[in-house]
Amino acid sequence: MNSLDQTLDTAAEHHGPASGISRWLYTTNHKDIGTLYLWFSFIMFLLGGCMALSIRAELFQPGLQLMEPDFFNQMTTMHGLIMVFGAVMPAFVGLANWMVPLMIGAPDMALPRMNNWSFWILPFAFTMMVSTLFMEGGGPNFGWTFYAPLSTTYAPPSVTFFIFAVHMMGISSIMGAINVIATILNLRAPGMTMMKLPLFVWTWLITAFLLIAVMPVLAGVVTMMLMDIHFGTSFFNAAGGGDPVLFQHVFWFFGHPEVYIMILPAFGIVSQIIPTFARKKLFGYASMVYATASIAFLSFIVWAHHMFTVGMPLVGELFFMFTTMLIAVPTGVKVFNWVATMFRGSMTFETPMLFALAFVVLFTIGGFSGLMLAIAPADFQYHDTYFVVAHFHYVLVPGAVFSIVAAVYYWIPKWTGNMYNETMGRWHFWLSFIGVNITFFPMHFVGLAGMPRRIPDYALQFADFNAVASVGAFIFGFSQLLLLYNVIQCIRSKDKATTEVWESAEGLEWTVPSPAPYHTFAEPPLVK
Amino acid sequence: MNCIAKGMLGAGSLLPLAVAADWQVNLEPGVTEISQAVFDLHMTIFWICVAIGVVVFGVMLWSIIHHRKSRGAKAHNFHESTVVEITWTIIPFFILIAMAVPATATLIKMYDKNGADLDIQVTGYQWKWRYQYLGEDIDFFSSLSTPKEQIQNQAEKGEHYLLEVDNPLVIPAGKKVRFLMTANDVIHSWWVPALAVKKDAIPGFINEAWTVVPEPGIYRGQCAELCGKDHGFMPIVVDVRSEADYQLWLAEMKQAKVQAADAATKDWTLAELMEKGEEVYNRACAACHQANGEGIPGAFPALKNSPMVVAADPAAHIDIVLNGKAGTAMQAFRDQLNAVELAAVITYERNAWGNTSGDLVSPAQISELKQ
Repeated sequence: MNSLDQTLDTAAEHHGPASGISRWLYTTNHKDIGTLYLWFSFIMFLLGGCMALSIRAELFQPGLQLMEPDFFNQMTTMHGLIMVFGAVMPAFVGLANWMVPLMIGAPDMALPRMNNWSFWILPFAFTMMVSTLFMEGGGPNFGWTFYAPLSTTYAPPSVTFFIFAVHMMGISSIMGAINVIATILNLRAPGMTMMKLPLFVWTWLITAFLLIAVMPVLAGVVTMMLMDIHFGTSFFNAAGGGDPVLFQHVFWFFGHPEVYIMILPAFGIVSQIIPTFARKKLFGYASMVYATASIAFLSFIVWAHHMFTVGMPLVGELFFMFTTMLIAVPTGVKVFNWVATMFRGSMTFETPMLFALAFVVLFTIGGFSGLMLAIAPADFQYHDTYFVVAHFHYVLVPGAVFSIVAAVYYWIPKWTGNMYNETMGRWHFWLSFIGVNITFFPMHFVGLAGMPRRIPDYALQFADFNAVASVGAFIFGFSQLLLLYNVIQCIRSKDKATTEVWESAEGLEWTVPSPAPYHTFAEPPLVK
Repeated sequence: MNCIAKGMLGAGSLLPLAVAADWQVNLEPGVTEISQAVFDLHMTIFWICVAIGVVVFGVMLWSIIHHRKSRGAKAHNFHESTVVEITWTIIPFFILIAMAVPATATLIKMYDKNGADLDIQVTGYQWKWRYQYLGEDIDFFSSLSTPKEQIQNQAEKGEHYLLEVDNPLVIPAGKKVRFLMTANDVIHSWWVPALAVKKDAIPGFINEAWTVVPEPGIYRGQCAELCGKDHGFMPIVVDVRSEADYQLWLAEMKQAKVQAADAATKDWTLAELMEKGEEVYNRACAACHQANGEGIPGAFPALKNSPMVVAADPAAHIDIVLNGKAGTAMQAFRDQLNAVELAAVITYERNAWGNTSGDLVSPAQISELKQ
């Protein structure tokens, strides 16, 4: 964060960072770029959060109070797009930038100039996408899954800007992924063999391959939309001989691995944090690696479980039901390993550990609802209801987002050189934990009771749980301001962190001083 | 609410303000054999998940309580065990097989579409449903009947707020009814929870689903796939009647059709058409073009002062209402409205909101074009 002042001295023998805005515009330093990614992601998190709160405010009571249905649809769409592409993915890339070189003993990312470019594309992409809200006809209003033909023939004119923005985000992600792979495969310190890599590095390596595999598919599908809209093709237009279901197949071939892109690095983070605070080596390191790889492989052959109701033939339904259920096996292995790591450990409960423990429990609950959704005949009742909304928010908010927050508390002493305020960290945790459950748990109930997703108004029997969920959303949303407070407080704190920071943390990142100097591992460390 | 589910999930009875329907926490078992099978499957998987959760979270909680540093716990050193790891890879695999067997059986049953007694084509439109009874010459549209005032919070909301329609789908009890789903514009999804039928209605595709409802009753559902602005406002109501009542309804429908055809031949005054037209406009057109005729800029064009609507020759105006405009949200209303309704609504648009064409489009004129 403000490693500027402190690092100037320690990095005296190298050139330090430039001063002023040019430091951030021209930087090729992995730590600076990591910081940029993380701040960008936090801003997007607050923006997407404001949209979520506007949705929950409208849904507080039945009837239309605050907004027209079309604006409501723009809010649900933009909330999803911003949270997925603007908040969660860049946060993980930011963490990879900061931590992967530090964890493998590399001096920087392998491709530093490309690193700069992959970040600086993002603010432009998102400015363009958010600006569509102010255009005539409004912004994207077809859901973050943008099913054709609602997103082509029936879309507002601003859809072209949306397509361009998605292309830019895709380019950014692909470059980021190439960089991570090149760094991990080429810049490991001597002795850092693949099976010694910290799990965060392993999960990111696998995630990066997923990104390279599927972001071009997303680019392809939006390009087909562009052709349909402007150049008279009929990929998705039934009247012209096209196929609206093709859109869904292509989209979800991207979309399902995308889900794991947002959760595999989270697995990695939790696998770093739990051993530290249980003071015990991670149980089943090798099986964790194999489980991650299995999940990544399976993610390519389950996509149509998002489409059980499109009218696939029976064998199609069965194939995707069975493959989807199989994912429970490697995911279960991971959860069992985390629990076994805690078992007979010597646990303490600092803020990163609290978020990691909440991750294990709440992500597993999201996994259970995922298993229920995999059962095709039952999915006919759950599909496109709030049960699905509850499911993916459980895996993404107390899943991905909690892991990112845990990572911030875990590594921020290394970034800033100062300890954060533990009491405030716990306040942040407990308010988030309570808020997130009040928000999303009742959504299981209204979904099962029959409330479809993406509706701005609902029948009266859904009113009570919706009011509860809205209250929870405001508790959760406002408690995230505590994260901002804690980060700023930590940057300014006088409470210096040690090199090791935590009592029993293992890994190369804990061998460099706190704050980490602007340039680290100019001489590669030797890993025994 | 299902009493087992209520007792076991508990939340309904824990909350003090509980009103049974309002705090519903679980699926309804529904009214058909299939919906009951789905419900049983749902509960089976749910309880398996609960059991796994109790074990996993139990061990975790035990560790959190007993293996904490503040209690003086010393960390042990084990960090792998091939036997344990293989065991907890294999056991879940067998649990999954136990889940997959009943799920497959239910799915196969659901896919048995043979032997239907009645075929109904269900077509999704932005934002209403069309029901065509194949071989019966019955064809009607079904749209939301909740008044705007209730949605805008200007009137008290009724019991079936947002779940009521002008023309429900009527089907006979105890008969196998097959639905052929398709859509006219974007993708919709026809869902009635009590029947456990949810199938996407996709333009260019015909999807099949079926149900046998043993007892008469009224069952409500909604469109489940985001289909644009009024996605939340296109409910489904299925009115299941005994065979005799169903036959009666068929006869009434056919008679009503004859009467509508007669009405088209009578002479209508401008005032009569305007009155009828306003009612039709608010039902069929106002969702997009708005009650004040000003549309939504960038999305739906204004009719007020529109050159096409105020032109001396109504031909282009009539054409777009009857046949729609390809590649836009403007639907063809040729089949959605009868001749009187079409004439009335076109006349209304040409003379409302300060549009002063002063002319009258007669039902007879439309009848001729509809031939």
